[in-house]
Amino acid sequence: MNTALKSHYGIYGGQYVAETLMKPLADMEAAYAKAKADPEFQREFHEILCDYVGRESPLTCCRRLSASLGGAQIVLKREDLNHTGAHKVNNTIGQALLARRMGKRRLIAETGAGMHGVATATVAALFGIPCEVYMGAIDVKRQAPNVARMEMLGATVHAVSEGSATLKDAMNEAIRDWVTNCDDTFYVIGTVAGPHPYPAMVRDFQSVIGVEARRQCLEKFGRLPDQAIACVGGGSNAMGLFEGFLDDPSVRLVGVEAGGKGLATGEHAASINGGRLGVLHGAKTMLLQTDAGQIIDTYSVSAGLDYPGVGPEHCLLHDTGRAEYSVINDDEAIEAFDQLCRFEGIIPALESSHAVAEAIKRAPTLPPETILLVNLSGRGDKDLASIAAWKENHPSAIDSGR
Amino acid sequence: MKPTTTRITDCFARAKAAGHPAFVAYLTMGYPTLAKSETAIEELLAGGADIIELGVPFSDPFADGAVIRSAAYEALRQEVTLDDVLALAARVRIRHPETPLVVFSYYNLILSKGPETFAAAAAEAGVDAVLVVDLPLEERDELLDVLRPHGLTLVPLIAPNTPIERVVASAEGLENSFLYIITVKGITGARAELPPELTARLQAIRAAVRVPIAAGFGVSTRAQAAEIGRHADGFIVGSALVKRLGETGSLAGELLA
Repeated sequence: MNTALKSHYGIYGGQYVAETLMKPLADMEAAYAKAKADPEFQREFHEILCDYVGRESPLTCCRRLSASLGGAQIVLKREDLNHTGAHKVNNTIGQALLARRMGKRRLIAETGAGMHGVATATVAALFGIPCEVYMGAIDVKRQAPNVARMEMLGATVHAVSEGSATLKDAMNEAIRDWVTNCDDTFYVIGTVAGPHPYPAMVRDFQSVIGVEARRQCLEKFGRLPDQAIACVGGGSNAMGLFEGFLDDPSVRLVGVEAGGKGLATGEHAASINGGRLGVLHGAKTMLLQTDAGQIIDTYSVSAGLDYPGVGPEHCLLHDTGRAEYSVINDDEAIEAFDQLCRFEGIIPALESSHAVAEAIKRAPTLPPETILLVNLSGRGDKDLASIAAWKENHPSAIDSGR
Repeated sequence: MKPTTTRITDCFARAKAAGHPAFVAYLTMGYPTLAKSETAIEELLAGGADIIELGVPFSDPFADGAVIRSAAYEALRQEVTLDDVLALAARVRIRHPETPLVVFSYYNLILSKGPETFAAAAAEAGVDAVLVVDLPLEERDELLDVLRPHGLTLVPLIAPNTPIERVVASAEGLENSFLYIITVKGITGARAELPPELTARLQAIRAAVRVPIAAGFGVSTRAQAAEIGRHADGFIVGSALVKRLGETGSLAGELLA
């Protein structure tokens, strides 16, 4: 982890928030800078990651899938095996530890697919801190199992029915709560978006993914991967993976955005590939918006990628060319989901299926000694209903069935 | 470089000479319709408002309470844009050469139009200042540097938890402006009571800066306005006016309960 806290990433990032939040953000930045440099904080963080989350997460070689494609080797970083079933918990543990240090008595969070909400509710239970989660009313419906999990864990879930009733509106409502209750409340943001210091802080907490994966690759293969591939909604699992390889120029970094029904249809969630510069939720970043500057309702079969913005550091990595950002559509993600299930016995999250799909696309064109490291950011149990519904609406999509 | 207008400074001076605080009125443009907004501005000015804040509807109004949010969503259903708001400002300017007009917006709308294009158009429309909800001191120069050559300025927001040295820094270098003092931590909307610590806070700010100060968020009654007026140069009313306009379709007559 680097120690300096940067507030901007080139022209991106910053703190575009209402004045009332500047003091809480300044307090948070100071507290986090101190915690980051404190060996005791880091020891406690890693102890919980080990004893509670079950880290480190393994690397899995996809032998049958790779053989069927006839090219590069696809290797998965198994964040789906974390407690709560996704990478999200790495970050919520870090933020909850910080909240406790700052003496905050209440946690709030926004959630889209519900994975970050579950991860926040989980650490709230673990630390005995009350927790309230804001979730778009549409997401509450399509991710009902996660709503039940959050409530079981003792959190209160607020359905947000205004605007487009999805993740961005949940985040608006969480910000309104925070601005009203900022003295005693810690807002746990689930991705590398939002105002400084969130993008840096969340990246740091998630960097455990990339740091582990790099070491594991060296141990297992005696070399670094050729490409590191991860899906990008807000972009926290991708930043976490990339962070381990930023200083290894031989490793291509590939972010995969949700193409929904296709970039040309306008119904997608690909902010870098299909958006333009804007400011939302505290950061200057690439945004899906109308010509007049109103934020567009995004679309993806995967609720967790359904966000009109993206973490500001991804925009910089894109501009400098250090990372490349591709697009995978719904149908390709669903096909990748099926293939991973059938060939490897792994049910991936729909979000992560976008990264798997990108690897499946690339593998046949590459020599067999090539290693494609894919961050399998979450497991797919939560998505079974969404996938069944999608297949019902797309009867012509052929089940690969291999 | 266009010289900055003096309408805001003059307006506060006139109010002071007349022995009353300046009445700053906010309306969401396009609610219930653009035409009604324009009529309502006339009614506000006839009813004693001194400064008009023209709220630009935004899809993600994360700093606003329920009343202004609903108004924004309704205006957006009618596809009201920043350009519509500037066109309306230009019409008001013709009828009211001395009234300060402040565009009240979220930053993305201005960024999307292009700050330079916006500044030129706003100046052309006769706007005096811009209040941007999500553009704090640290980020404001990127807009302020573009506004100034067009004779425009920014109105900074000051929160209850803004340290006094930051209040001073926010006021620094601003001509023809005022500080918008947020009375409570939270979002816009009427409240039954103003916080007890507000008086001391207003006194402390007034002692620290030379620019006029006006307080808003939660102000809806004549009594609250008078209370604020004892320690500030102006008071701001928003949600209460928007709510009444939505309910009755008019702001004619007495503006405050």
